[in-house]
Amino acid sequence: MAAVDSVLIVGAGHAAGEMAIALRMNGYAGAITLVGEEAHAPYQRPPLSKAFLAGEMPRERLHVKSLATYQNANIEFIPGVRVTSIDRIARTVTLADSRTLGYGKLVLATGGRPRQLSLPDPRINRAPNLHYLRTIDHAEGMRDQFRAGNKLVIIGGGYIGLEVAAVARKKAIDVTLIEALPRVLQRVTAPEVSAFYTQVHEAAGVRIRVNTALTGFEFDAAGSVTAVLAGDGVVIPADVVIVGIGLIPNTELAAEAGLLIDDGIAVDEYGQTSDPDILAIGDCTSHESVYAGRRLRLESVPSALEQARSAAALLVGVRKPYHAVPWFWSDQYDLKLQMVGLNRGYDTAVLRGAPANRNFLAFYLKDGVLLAVDSVSRPQEFMVAKKLVAERLRVDPARLADESRPLKELLPPAPPAS
Amino acid sequence: MPKVTYIEQSGRRYEVEMPGGTTAMQGAVDNMVPGIAGDCGGCCNCATCHTYVDPEWMARTGPANDAERQMLDGVPDVRPGSRLSCQINVTEELDGLTLHIPASQY
Ligand SMILES: Cc1cc2nc3c(=O)[nH]c(=O)nc-3n(C[C@H](O)[C@H](O)[C@H](O)COP(=O)(O)OP(=O)(O)OC[C@H]3O[C@@H](n4cnc5c(N)ncnc54)[C@H](O)[C@@H]3O)c2cc1C
Ligand code: FES
Repeated sequence: MAAVDSVLIVGAGHAAGEMAIALRMNGYAGAITLVGEEAHAPYQRPPLSKAFLAGEMPRERLHVKSLATYQNANIEFIPGVRVTSIDRIARTVTLADSRTLGYGKLVLATGGRPRQLSLPDPRINRAPNLHYLRTIDHAEGMRDQFRAGNKLVIIGGGYIGLEVAAVARKKAIDVTLIEALPRVLQRVTAPEVSAFYTQVHEAAGVRIRVNTALTGFEFDAAGSVTAVLAGDGVVIPADVVIVGIGLIPNTELAAEAGLLIDDGIAVDEYGQTSDPDILAIGDCTSHESVYAGRRLRLESVPSALEQARSAAALLVGVRKPYHAVPWFWSDQYDLKLQMVGLNRGYDTAVLRGAPANRNFLAFYLKDGVLLAVDSVSRPQEFMVAKKLVAERLRVDPARLADESRPLKELLPPAPPAS
Repeated sequence: MPKVTYIEQSGRRYEVEMPGGTTAMQGAVDNMVPGIAGDCGGCCNCATCHTYVDPEWMARTGPANDAERQMLDGVPDVRPGSRLSCQINVTEELDGLTLHIPASQY
Protein backbone atom coordinates (compact mmCIF):
# COMPACT_ATOMS: atom_id res chain seq x y z
CA MET A 1 0.00 0.00 0.00
CA ALA A 2 1.30 3.48 -0.85
CA ALA A 3 2.06 5.62 2.19
CA VAL A 4 -0.92 7.63 3.37
CA ASP A 5 -0.10 11.31 3.85
CA SER A 6 -3.05 12.27 6.02
CA VAL A 7 -5.76 10.63 8.09
CA LEU A 8 -8.91 12.50 8.99
CA ILE A 9 -11.06 10.99 11.73
CA VAL A 10 -14.70 12.02 12.03
CA GLY A 11 -16.05 11.80 15.57
CA ALA A 12 -13.91 12.15 18.66
CA GLY A 13 -15.25 9.36 20.84
CA HIS A 14 -13.69 6.21 22.21
CA ALA A 15 -12.91 4.60 18.86
CA ALA A 16 -11.57 7.81 17.30
CA GLY A 17 -9.19 8.58 20.16
CA GLU A 18 -7.81 5.06 20.12
CA MET A 19 -7.38 5.15 16.34
CA ALA A 20 -5.38 8.39 16.44
CA ILE A 21 -3.04 7.21 19.18
CA ALA A 22 -2.70 3.69 17.76
CA LEU A 23 -1.62 5.19 14.43
CA ARG A 24 1.21 7.03 16.17
CA MET A 25 2.15 4.03 18.27
CA ASN A 26 2.40 2.06 15.02
CA GLY A 27 4.85 4.64 13.71
CA TYR A 28 2.53 6.50 11.36
CA ALA A 29 4.17 9.88 10.68
CA GLY A 30 1.62 11.65 8.46
CA ALA A 31 -0.95 14.22 9.54
CA ILE A 32 -3.76 13.10 11.85
CA THR A 33 -6.84 15.24 12.45
CA LEU A 34 -9.75 14.48 14.76
CA VAL A 35 -13.00 16.37 14.23
CA GLY A 36 -15.66 15.95 16.89
CA GLU A 37 -19.10 17.41 17.27
CA GLU A 38 -18.85 17.43 21.05
CA ALA A 39 -16.80 20.03 22.86
CA HIS A 40 -14.83 17.33 24.70
CA ALA A 41 -11.74 15.30 23.92
CA PRO A 42 -12.46 11.55 23.70
CA TYR A 43 -13.98 10.39 26.97
CA GLN A 44 -15.39 7.26 28.49
CA ARG A 45 -19.14 6.90 28.37
CA PRO A 46 -19.50 3.89 30.72
CA PRO A 47 -19.12 6.02 33.89
CA LEU A 48 -21.92 8.33 32.71
CA SER A 49 -24.44 5.84 34.05
CA LYS A 50 -22.21 4.71 36.93
CA ALA A 51 -19.54 6.54 38.96
CA PHE A 52 -19.80 9.89 37.15
CA LEU A 53 -23.57 10.07 37.51
CA ALA A 54 -23.13 9.14 41.17
CA GLY A 55 -20.78 12.12 41.55
CA GLU A 56 -17.96 9.78 42.60
CA MET A 57 -15.73 10.51 39.63
CA PRO A 58 -14.47 13.94 38.61
CA ARG A 59 -14.89 15.03 35.00
CA GLU A 60 -11.11 14.97 34.30
CA ARG A 61 -11.08 11.27 35.04
CA LEU A 62 -13.54 10.63 32.24
CA HIS A 63 -10.96 11.42 29.60
CA VAL A 64 -9.54 8.31 28.01
CA LYS A 65 -6.21 10.10 27.60
CA SER A 66 -5.11 13.52 28.71
CA LEU A 67 -5.41 16.34 26.18
CA ALA A 68 -1.62 16.67 26.31
CA THR A 69 -1.33 13.14 24.94
CA TYR A 70 -2.85 14.19 21.62
CA GLN A 71 -0.78 17.37 21.54
CA ASN A 72 2.44 15.49 22.24
CA ALA A 73 1.53 12.99 19.54
CA ASN A 74 1.01 15.86 17.09
CA ILE A 75 -2.64 15.06 16.54
CA GLU A 76 -4.78 18.00 15.55
CA PHE A 77 -8.07 18.05 17.45
CA ILE A 78 -10.95 20.18 16.19
CA PRO A 79 -13.73 20.07 18.79
CA GLY A 80 -17.28 21.33 18.69
CA VAL A 81 -17.97 21.05 14.99
CA ARG A 82 -19.92 18.57 12.95
CA VAL A 83 -18.85 17.09 9.64
CA THR A 84 -21.82 17.60 7.33
CA SER A 85 -20.78 15.93 4.08
CA ILE A 86 -18.14 13.89 2.31
CA ASP A 87 -17.00 14.43 -1.27
CA ARG A 88 -15.45 11.11 -2.23
CA ILE A 89 -14.20 12.31 -5.62
CA ALA A 90 -12.44 15.42 -4.30
CA ARG A 91 -11.53 13.54 -1.09
CA THR A 92 -12.72 16.32 1.15
CA VAL A 93 -15.23 16.75 3.96
CA THR A 94 -17.25 19.84 4.76
CA LEU A 95 -17.73 21.03 8.31
CA ALA A 96 -20.77 22.77 9.75
CA ASP A 97 -18.77 26.01 9.88
CA SER A 98 -18.28 25.72 6.09
CA ARG A 99 -14.63 24.77 6.31
CA THR A 100 -13.41 22.10 3.91
CA LEU A 101 -10.73 19.59 4.91
CA GLY A 102 -8.94 17.18 2.61
CA TYR A 103 -8.02 13.59 3.44
CA GLY A 104 -5.77 10.80 2.28
CA LYS A 105 -7.77 8.29 4.30
CA LEU A 106 -11.01 9.08 6.05
CA VAL A 107 -12.10 7.25 9.20
CA LEU A 108 -15.74 7.43 10.31
CA ALA A 109 -16.09 6.97 14.05
CA THR A 110 -19.45 8.64 14.51
CA GLY A 111 -20.89 6.31 17.15
CA GLY A 112 -24.60 6.48 17.78
CA ARG A 113 -27.34 8.51 19.39
CA PRO A 114 -30.09 7.48 21.78
CA ARG A 115 -33.22 6.09 20.21
CA GLN A 116 -35.98 8.65 20.76
CA LEU A 117 -39.46 7.95 22.01
CA SER A 118 -41.82 7.55 19.09
CA LEU A 119 -44.80 9.25 20.73
CA PRO A 120 -45.93 12.17 18.56
CA ASP A 121 -46.34 14.72 21.40
CA PRO A 122 -44.04 17.70 20.60
CA ARG A 123 -43.83 18.63 24.29
CA ILE A 124 -41.64 15.60 24.93
CA ASN A 125 -38.55 17.05 23.31
CA ARG A 126 -38.94 20.34 25.13
CA ALA A 127 -39.49 18.97 28.64
CA PRO A 128 -36.54 20.08 30.80
CA ASN A 129 -36.83 17.02 33.04
CA LEU A 130 -36.92 14.29 30.39
CA HIS A 131 -33.46 13.00 29.54
CA TYR A 132 -31.59 10.61 27.33
CA LEU A 133 -28.09 9.50 28.34
CA ARG A 134 -25.21 9.35 25.90
CA THR A 135 -22.98 12.37 26.55
CA ILE A 136 -21.30 14.27 29.39
CA ASP A 137 -23.71 17.11 28.68
CA HIS A 138 -26.67 14.77 29.11
CA ALA A 139 -25.31 13.46 32.41
CA GLU A 140 -24.55 16.94 33.73
CA GLY A 141 -27.95 18.14 32.56
CA MET A 142 -29.73 15.69 34.86
CA ARG A 143 -27.48 16.08 37.91
CA ASP A 144 -29.56 18.84 39.52
CA GLN A 145 -32.69 16.73 39.31
CA PHE A 146 -30.84 13.71 40.68
CA ARG A 147 -31.72 14.59 44.29
CA ALA A 148 -32.77 12.54 47.28
CA GLY A 149 -36.54 12.29 47.53
CA ASN A 150 -37.18 13.10 43.88
CA LYS A 151 -39.31 10.67 41.90
CA LEU A 152 -37.43 9.21 38.97
CA VAL A 153 -39.14 7.17 36.26
CA ILE A 154 -36.82 5.16 34.02
CA ILE A 155 -38.13 4.00 30.67
CA GLY A 156 -36.33 0.87 29.50
CA GLY A 157 -34.88 -2.06 31.44
CA GLY A 158 -31.59 -2.45 29.58
CA TYR A 159 -28.12 -1.91 31.01
CA ILE A 160 -28.31 1.86 31.06
CA GLY A 161 -31.73 1.92 32.72
CA LEU A 162 -30.64 -0.55 35.39
CA GLU A 163 -27.33 1.19 36.04
CA VAL A 164 -29.10 4.52 36.46
CA ALA A 165 -31.58 2.86 38.83
CA ALA A 166 -28.71 1.55 40.96
CA VAL A 167 -27.06 4.98 41.21
CA ALA A 168 -30.40 6.64 41.96
CA ARG A 169 -31.20 4.27 44.81
CA LYS A 170 -27.80 4.94 46.37
CA LYS A 171 -28.82 8.59 46.37
CA ALA A 172 -32.19 7.81 47.99
CA ILE A 173 -34.13 8.80 44.89
CA ASP A 174 -37.52 7.13 44.49
CA VAL A 175 -37.28 4.93 41.38
CA THR A 176 -39.85 3.28 39.12
CA LEU A 177 -38.65 1.48 36.02
CA ILE A 178 -40.97 0.47 33.21
CA GLU A 179 -40.12 -2.11 30.59
CA ALA A 180 -42.31 -3.06 27.63
CA LEU A 181 -41.00 -6.65 27.43
CA PRO A 182 -41.77 -9.39 29.97
CA ARG A 183 -38.45 -9.04 31.79
CA VAL A 184 -35.46 -6.71 32.19
CA LEU A 185 -32.35 -7.45 30.06
CA GLN A 186 -34.60 -9.69 27.96
CA ARG A 187 -32.60 -9.26 24.78
CA VAL A 188 -29.28 -10.21 26.33
CA THR A 189 -29.60 -12.68 29.19
CA ALA A 190 -31.32 -15.87 30.29
CA PRO A 191 -34.49 -15.65 32.40
CA GLU A 192 -32.52 -16.68 35.51
CA VAL A 193 -30.17 -13.72 35.17
CA SER A 194 -33.03 -11.29 34.50
CA ALA A 195 -34.85 -12.67 37.54
CA PHE A 196 -31.75 -12.17 39.67
CA TYR A 197 -31.31 -8.53 38.63
CA THR A 198 -35.02 -7.85 39.08
CA GLN A 199 -34.84 -9.16 42.59
CA VAL A 200 -31.66 -7.21 43.42
CA HIS A 201 -33.23 -3.97 42.23
CA GLU A 202 -36.50 -4.64 44.01
CA ALA A 203 -34.64 -5.38 47.22
CA ALA A 204 -32.93 -2.00 46.80
CA GLY A 205 -36.33 -0.36 46.52
CA VAL A 206 -36.79 0.00 42.75
CA ARG A 207 -40.34 -0.61 41.55
CA ILE A 208 -40.08 -2.57 38.32
CA ARG A 209 -43.08 -2.82 36.01
CA VAL A 210 -42.56 -5.21 33.13
CA ASN A 211 -44.97 -5.80 30.23
CA THR A 212 -45.70 -2.11 30.59
CA ALA A 213 -45.88 0.06 27.52
CA LEU A 214 -45.41 3.80 27.75
CA THR A 215 -48.52 5.57 26.51
CA GLY A 216 -47.85 9.23 27.27
CA PHE A 217 -46.97 11.93 29.79
CA GLU A 218 -48.66 14.62 31.82
CA PHE A 219 -47.07 18.07 31.80
CA ASP A 220 -47.33 21.15 33.98
CA ALA A 221 -47.79 24.67 32.62
CA ALA A 222 -44.02 25.17 32.38
CA GLY A 223 -43.73 22.12 30.15
CA SER A 224 -42.11 19.75 32.66
CA VAL A 225 -43.26 16.16 32.85
CA THR A 226 -45.28 15.55 36.03
CA ALA A 227 -46.34 11.97 35.39
CA VAL A 228 -45.67 9.02 33.13
CA LEU A 229 -48.69 7.24 31.70
CA ALA A 230 -48.28 3.55 31.15
CA GLY A 231 -50.12 0.39 30.26
CA ASP A 232 -53.71 0.15 31.40
CA GLY A 233 -54.20 3.66 32.64
CA VAL A 234 -51.40 3.63 35.20
CA VAL A 235 -50.24 7.10 36.24
CA ILE A 236 -46.73 7.26 37.70
CA PRO A 237 -45.84 10.64 39.24
CA ALA A 238 -42.45 11.88 38.07
CA ASP A 239 -40.02 14.68 38.92
CA VAL A 240 -37.53 13.41 36.39
CA VAL A 241 -37.63 10.89 33.54
CA ILE A 242 -34.72 9.05 31.95
CA VAL A 243 -35.20 7.19 28.70
CA GLY A 244 -32.88 4.30 27.82
CA ILE A 245 -34.42 2.42 24.91
CA GLY A 246 -31.46 1.76 22.67
CA LEU A 247 -29.07 3.29 20.22
CA ILE A 248 -29.34 4.43 16.60
CA PRO A 249 -26.00 4.21 14.79
CA ASN A 250 -24.91 7.48 13.14
CA THR A 251 -24.74 6.24 9.57
CA GLU A 252 -26.31 9.18 7.72
CA LEU A 253 -23.05 10.88 6.76
CA ALA A 254 -21.81 7.61 5.23
CA ALA A 255 -25.16 6.84 3.59
CA GLU A 256 -25.34 10.25 1.95
CA ALA A 257 -21.86 9.66 0.56
CA GLY A 258 -23.13 6.43 -0.99
CA LEU A 259 -21.27 3.98 1.26
CA LEU A 260 -22.79 0.57 1.84
CA ILE A 261 -24.93 0.49 4.99
CA ASP A 262 -26.16 -2.74 6.53
CA ASP A 263 -27.66 -1.79 9.89
CA GLY A 264 -24.36 0.03 10.59
CA ILE A 265 -21.75 1.28 8.15
CA ALA A 266 -20.70 -2.02 6.56
CA VAL A 267 -17.02 -2.83 7.15
CA ASP A 268 -14.76 -5.85 6.92
CA GLU A 269 -12.52 -7.15 9.70
CA TYR A 270 -10.03 -4.31 9.06
CA GLY A 271 -12.60 -1.53 9.22
CA GLN A 272 -12.62 -1.07 5.45
CA THR A 273 -15.91 0.32 4.03
CA SER A 274 -17.12 -0.06 0.45
CA ASP A 275 -14.79 2.86 -0.48
CA PRO A 276 -11.10 1.86 -0.25
CA ASP A 277 -10.16 5.31 1.08
CA ILE A 278 -12.74 5.30 3.86
CA LEU A 279 -12.68 3.21 7.02
CA ALA A 280 -15.22 3.06 9.81
CA ILE A 281 -14.88 1.90 13.42
CA GLY A 282 -16.90 1.56 16.61
CA ASP A 283 -20.61 1.76 17.35
CA CYS A 284 -21.48 3.19 13.90
CA THR A 285 -20.34 0.03 12.10
CA SER A 286 -21.51 -3.47 11.39
CA HIS A 287 -18.80 -5.99 10.63
CA GLU A 288 -18.66 -9.51 9.27
CA SER A 289 -17.90 -11.50 12.41
CA VAL A 290 -15.90 -14.69 12.11
CA TYR A 291 -16.92 -15.57 15.65
CA ALA A 292 -20.66 -15.21 15.04
CA GLY A 293 -20.72 -16.25 11.39
CA ARG A 294 -22.86 -13.25 10.53
CA ARG A 295 -22.81 -9.47 10.41
CA LEU A 296 -22.80 -7.84 13.85
CA ARG A 297 -23.31 -4.32 15.07
CA LEU A 298 -21.94 -4.00 18.59
CA GLU A 299 -22.21 -1.22 21.12
CA SER A 300 -19.28 -1.67 23.41
CA VAL A 301 -15.97 -0.17 24.39
CA PRO A 302 -13.86 -3.31 23.84
CA SER A 303 -15.09 -3.73 20.27
CA ALA A 304 -14.69 -0.01 19.50
CA LEU A 305 -11.09 -0.19 20.73
CA GLU A 306 -10.23 -3.42 18.92
CA GLN A 307 -11.73 -2.19 15.66
CA ALA A 308 -9.72 1.02 15.99
CA ARG A 309 -6.53 -0.98 16.52
CA SER A 310 -7.18 -3.15 13.46
CA ALA A 311 -7.91 -0.11 11.32
CA ALA A 312 -4.81 1.73 12.57
CA ALA A 313 -2.67 -1.31 11.77
CA LEU A 314 -4.12 -1.51 8.25
CA LEU A 315 -3.14 2.09 7.52
CA VAL A 316 0.50 1.29 8.25
CA GLY A 317 0.28 -1.83 6.11
CA VAL A 318 -0.16 -4.42 8.85
CA ARG A 319 -3.05 -6.88 8.60
CA LYS A 320 -4.40 -7.48 12.06
CA PRO A 321 -8.02 -8.53 11.61
CA TYR A 322 -10.62 -7.77 14.24
CA HIS A 323 -11.66 -11.24 15.32
CA ALA A 324 -12.13 -10.73 19.05
CA VAL A 325 -15.09 -12.31 20.79
CA PRO A 326 -17.40 -9.52 21.97
CA TRP A 327 -17.48 -8.81 25.67
CA PHE A 328 -19.07 -6.25 27.93
CA TRP A 329 -19.44 -5.25 31.54
CA SER A 330 -22.11 -3.59 33.65
CA ASP A 331 -21.50 -2.52 37.25
CA GLN A 332 -24.67 -2.25 39.36
CA TYR A 333 -24.60 -1.82 43.15
CA ASP A 334 -21.78 -4.02 44.45
CA LEU A 335 -22.28 -6.50 41.59
CA LYS A 336 -19.93 -6.98 38.69
CA LEU A 337 -21.70 -8.32 35.61
CA GLN A 338 -19.30 -9.37 32.85
CA MET A 339 -20.50 -11.01 29.67
CA VAL A 340 -18.66 -12.64 26.81
CA GLY A 341 -19.97 -13.96 23.52
CA LEU A 342 -23.48 -13.63 22.14
CA ASN A 343 -26.12 -16.07 23.27
CA ARG A 344 -28.45 -15.70 20.29
CA GLY A 345 -29.95 -19.06 19.34
CA TYR A 346 -28.82 -20.92 22.47
CA ASP A 347 -30.63 -24.18 23.24
CA THR A 348 -29.25 -24.82 26.74
CA ALA A 349 -28.50 -22.48 29.62
CA VAL A 350 -26.85 -23.77 32.78
CA LEU A 351 -25.85 -21.98 35.99
CA ARG A 352 -22.69 -22.47 38.00
CA GLY A 353 -23.32 -21.34 41.55
CA ALA A 354 -26.50 -20.04 43.10
CA PRO A 355 -27.91 -16.57 42.43
CA ALA A 356 -28.91 -16.44 46.11
CA ASN A 357 -25.21 -16.12 46.96
CA ARG A 358 -24.93 -13.07 44.69
CA ASN A 359 -22.20 -14.65 42.60
CA PHE A 360 -22.69 -17.15 39.80
CA LEU A 361 -22.19 -17.76 36.10
CA ALA A 362 -24.67 -18.53 33.34
CA PHE A 363 -23.39 -20.56 30.40
CA TYR A 364 -25.17 -20.64 27.03
CA LEU A 365 -24.67 -23.55 24.66
CA LYS A 366 -25.92 -24.51 21.25
CA ASP A 367 -25.57 -28.08 20.00
CA GLY A 368 -23.14 -28.72 22.85
CA VAL A 369 -20.85 -25.80 21.99
CA LEU A 370 -20.31 -22.93 24.41
CA LEU A 371 -21.62 -19.68 22.87
CA ALA A 372 -21.60 -17.16 25.68
CA VAL A 373 -21.16 -16.66 29.42
CA ASP A 374 -22.59 -14.13 31.87
CA SER A 375 -20.64 -13.78 35.08
CA VAL A 376 -22.01 -12.13 38.18
CA SER A 377 -19.21 -11.13 40.56
CA ARG A 378 -16.94 -14.01 39.64
CA PRO A 379 -14.20 -12.18 37.77
CA GLN A 380 -11.66 -14.96 38.13
CA GLU A 381 -13.95 -17.46 36.44
CA PHE A 382 -14.99 -14.85 33.89
CA MET A 383 -11.40 -14.50 32.73
CA VAL A 384 -11.33 -18.26 32.15
CA ALA A 385 -14.77 -18.18 30.52
CA LYS A 386 -13.54 -15.62 27.98
CA LYS A 387 -10.99 -18.14 26.76
CA LEU A 388 -13.47 -21.03 26.77
CA VAL A 389 -15.89 -19.06 24.58
CA ALA A 390 -13.07 -18.08 22.21
CA GLU A 391 -12.16 -21.78 21.97
CA ARG A 392 -15.78 -22.68 21.12
CA LEU A 393 -15.48 -25.33 23.77
CA ARG A 394 -17.61 -28.42 23.26
CA VAL A 395 -18.56 -29.45 26.76
CA ASP A 396 -21.09 -31.29 28.85
CA PRO A 397 -23.29 -28.67 30.57
CA ALA A 398 -23.18 -30.72 33.78
CA ARG A 399 -19.40 -30.27 33.88
CA LEU A 400 -19.83 -26.48 33.70
CA ALA A 401 -22.30 -26.57 36.56
CA ASP A 402 -20.10 -28.76 38.76
CA GLU A 403 -18.51 -26.37 41.23
CA SER A 404 -16.31 -29.05 42.74
CA ARG A 405 -14.23 -28.98 39.57
CA PRO A 406 -12.32 -25.84 38.59
CA LEU A 407 -13.26 -24.19 35.32
CA LYS A 408 -9.58 -23.70 34.56
CA GLU A 409 -9.16 -27.42 33.95
CA LEU A 410 -11.27 -27.08 30.82
CA LEU A 411 -8.69 -24.82 29.19
CA PRO A 412 -6.54 -26.36 26.50
CA PRO A 413 -2.94 -26.84 27.65
CA ALA A 414 -0.95 -23.59 27.42
CA PRO A 415 1.71 -23.48 24.71
CA PRO A 416 5.20 -23.95 26.15
CA ALA A 417 6.67 -20.69 27.48
CA SER A 418 9.04 -19.04 25.03
CA MET B 1 5.64 15.03 40.01
CA PRO B 2 6.25 11.37 40.80
CA LYS B 3 8.02 9.31 38.18
CA VAL B 4 7.25 5.71 37.21
CA THR B 5 9.48 3.46 35.13
CA TYR B 6 7.77 0.82 33.00
CA ILE B 7 10.04 -1.95 31.75
CA GLU B 8 9.28 -4.31 28.88
CA GLN B 9 10.51 -7.86 28.96
CA SER B 10 13.06 -6.91 26.30
CA GLY B 11 14.52 -4.48 28.83
CA ARG B 12 13.22 -1.37 27.09
CA ARG B 13 12.34 1.30 29.66
CA TYR B 14 9.78 4.06 29.63
CA GLU B 15 10.26 6.74 32.28
CA VAL B 16 7.12 8.73 32.83
CA GLU B 17 6.30 11.67 35.08
CA MET B 18 2.68 12.08 36.07
CA PRO B 19 0.68 14.34 38.35
CA GLY B 20 0.37 12.87 41.86
CA GLY B 21 -2.77 10.77 42.28
CA THR B 22 -2.78 9.51 38.68
CA THR B 23 -3.14 5.74 38.41
CA ALA B 24 -0.16 3.88 37.03
CA MET B 25 -2.42 2.67 34.18
CA GLN B 26 -3.44 6.22 33.27
CA GLY B 27 0.16 7.41 33.39
CA ALA B 28 1.13 4.69 30.93
CA VAL B 29 -1.82 5.35 28.62
CA ASP B 30 -1.24 9.11 28.62
CA ASN B 31 2.35 8.52 27.59
CA MET B 32 1.74 5.82 25.00
CA VAL B 33 3.59 3.09 26.84
CA PRO B 34 2.88 -0.07 24.82
CA GLY B 35 1.47 -3.12 26.57
CA ILE B 36 -0.75 -1.30 29.04
CA ALA B 37 -4.06 -0.84 27.25
CA GLY B 38 -6.45 -0.01 30.08
CA ASP B 39 -9.47 -0.96 28.00
CA CYS B 40 -12.08 -0.68 30.76
CA GLY B 41 -10.84 2.71 31.89
CA GLY B 42 -9.76 1.47 35.29
CA CYS B 43 -12.91 -0.15 36.69
CA CYS B 44 -11.24 -3.53 37.24
CA ASN B 45 -13.08 -5.28 34.43
CA CYS B 46 -10.49 -6.02 31.75
CA ALA B 47 -7.05 -6.86 33.22
CA THR B 48 -5.33 -5.30 30.17
CA CYS B 49 -3.32 -3.18 32.62
CA HIS B 50 -1.59 -6.07 34.43
CA THR B 51 1.96 -5.29 35.63
CA TYR B 52 4.54 -6.78 37.98
CA VAL B 53 5.64 -4.45 40.73
CA ASP B 54 9.41 -4.55 41.09
CA PRO B 55 10.26 -6.55 44.24
CA GLU B 56 11.87 -3.48 45.81
CA TRP B 57 8.56 -1.64 45.62
CA MET B 58 6.12 -4.34 46.65
CA ALA B 59 6.03 -3.28 50.27
CA ARG B 60 5.19 0.30 49.35
CA THR B 61 2.49 -0.40 46.76
CA GLY B 62 0.93 -2.97 49.05
CA PRO B 63 -1.06 -6.01 47.95
CA ALA B 64 -3.90 -6.14 45.42
CA ASN B 65 -7.35 -5.17 46.70
CA ASP B 66 -10.20 -7.72 46.70
CA ALA B 67 -11.76 -6.93 43.32
CA GLU B 68 -8.33 -6.80 41.78
CA ARG B 69 -7.15 -10.07 43.29
CA GLN B 70 -10.20 -11.83 41.88
CA MET B 71 -9.44 -10.55 38.37
CA LEU B 72 -5.77 -11.48 38.75
CA ASP B 73 -6.78 -15.01 39.68
CA GLY B 74 -7.95 -15.53 36.11
CA VAL B 75 -4.99 -13.87 34.35
CA PRO B 76 -2.09 -15.81 32.81
CA ASP B 77 1.44 -15.43 34.22
CA VAL B 78 0.48 -14.14 37.65
CA ARG B 79 3.46 -13.64 39.94
CA PRO B 80 3.90 -12.40 43.49
CA GLY B 81 4.25 -8.76 42.35
CA SER B 82 1.19 -8.86 40.08
CA ARG B 83 -1.03 -5.78 40.28
CA LEU B 84 -3.60 -4.22 37.99
CA SER B 85 -1.91 -0.89 37.39
CA CYS B 86 -5.28 0.92 37.30
CA GLN B 87 -5.52 0.15 41.01
CA ILE B 88 -2.16 1.71 41.90
CA ASN B 89 -2.46 5.36 42.80
CA VAL B 90 0.85 7.03 42.11
CA THR B 91 1.33 9.34 45.05
CA GLU B 92 4.52 11.26 45.87
CA GLU B 93 5.54 8.35 48.12
CA LEU B 94 5.66 6.13 45.04
CA ASP B 95 8.07 8.45 43.20
CA GLY B 96 10.53 6.13 41.44
CA LEU B 97 8.16 3.15 41.24
CA THR B 98 9.25 0.45 38.79
CA LEU B 99 6.71 -1.75 37.01
CA HIS B 100 7.41 -4.62 34.63
CA ILE B 101 5.06 -5.30 31.72
CA PRO B 102 4.05 -8.94 31.16
CA ALA B 103 5.32 -10.40 27.89
CA SER B 104 1.81 -11.47 26.89
CA GLN B 105 0.57 -7.88 26.68
CA TYR B 106 2.51 -6.46 23.74
C1 LIG C 1 -24.40 5.57 29.64
C2 LIG C 1 -23.58 4.58 28.87
C3 LIG C 1 -23.01 3.50 29.53
C4 LIG C 1 -22.22 2.58 28.83
N1 LIG C 1 -21.64 1.56 29.52
C5 LIG C 1 -20.82 0.71 28.88
C6 LIG C 1 -20.12 -0.31 29.58
O1 LIG C 1 -20.27 -0.48 30.80
N2 LIG C 1 -19.27 -1.11 28.89
C7 LIG C 1 -19.07 -0.96 27.55
O2 LIG C 1 -18.28 -1.71 26.96
N3 LIG C 1 -19.72 -0.01 26.84
C8 LIG C 1 -20.58 0.84 27.47
N4 LIG C 1 -21.22 1.82 26.76
C9 LIG C 1 -21.05 1.88 25.30
C10 LIG C 1 -19.78 2.62 24.90
O3 LIG C 1 -19.71 3.86 25.53
C11 LIG C 1 -19.73 2.77 23.39
O4 LIG C 1 -19.69 1.49 22.83
C12 LIG C 1 -18.52 3.57 22.92
O5 LIG C 1 -18.57 4.87 23.40
C13 LIG C 1 -18.44 3.56 21.40
O6 LIG C 1 -17.43 4.42 20.96
P1 LIG C 1 -17.48 5.12 19.54
O7 LIG C 1 -16.24 5.92 19.44
O8 LIG C 1 -17.79 4.13 18.50
O9 LIG C 1 -18.75 6.08 19.59
P2 LIG C 1 -19.03 7.33 20.53
O10 LIG C 1 -18.33 7.18 21.82
O11 LIG C 1 -20.50 7.51 20.48
O12 LIG C 1 -18.35 8.56 19.78
C14 LIG C 1 -18.82 9.09 18.58
C15 LIG C 1 -18.55 10.58 18.56
O13 LIG C 1 -18.70 11.07 17.23
C16 LIG C 1 -19.36 12.31 17.25
N5 LIG C 1 -19.98 12.52 15.93
C17 LIG C 1 -21.03 11.85 15.41
N6 LIG C 1 -21.30 12.30 14.16
C18 LIG C 1 -20.40 13.28 13.90
C19 LIG C 1 -20.17 14.13 12.78
N7 LIG C 1 -20.91 14.07 11.68
N8 LIG C 1 -19.16 15.04 12.86
C20 LIG C 1 -18.39 15.12 13.98
N9 LIG C 1 -18.56 14.33 15.07
C21 LIG C 1 -19.56 13.43 15.03
C22 LIG C 1 -20.35 12.15 18.39
O14 LIG C 1 -20.75 13.42 18.85
C23 LIG C 1 -19.52 11.38 19.41
O15 LIG C 1 -18.81 12.25 20.25
C24 LIG C 1 -22.02 2.75 27.43
C25 LIG C 1 -22.62 3.82 26.76
C26 LIG C 1 -23.38 4.74 27.47
C27 LIG C 1 -24.02 5.90 26.73
S1 FES D 1 -7.83 -0.88 33.19
FE1 FES D 1 -9.22 -2.51 33.10
S2 FES D 1 -8.67 -3.65 34.84
FE2 FES D 1 -7.26 -2.03 34.88
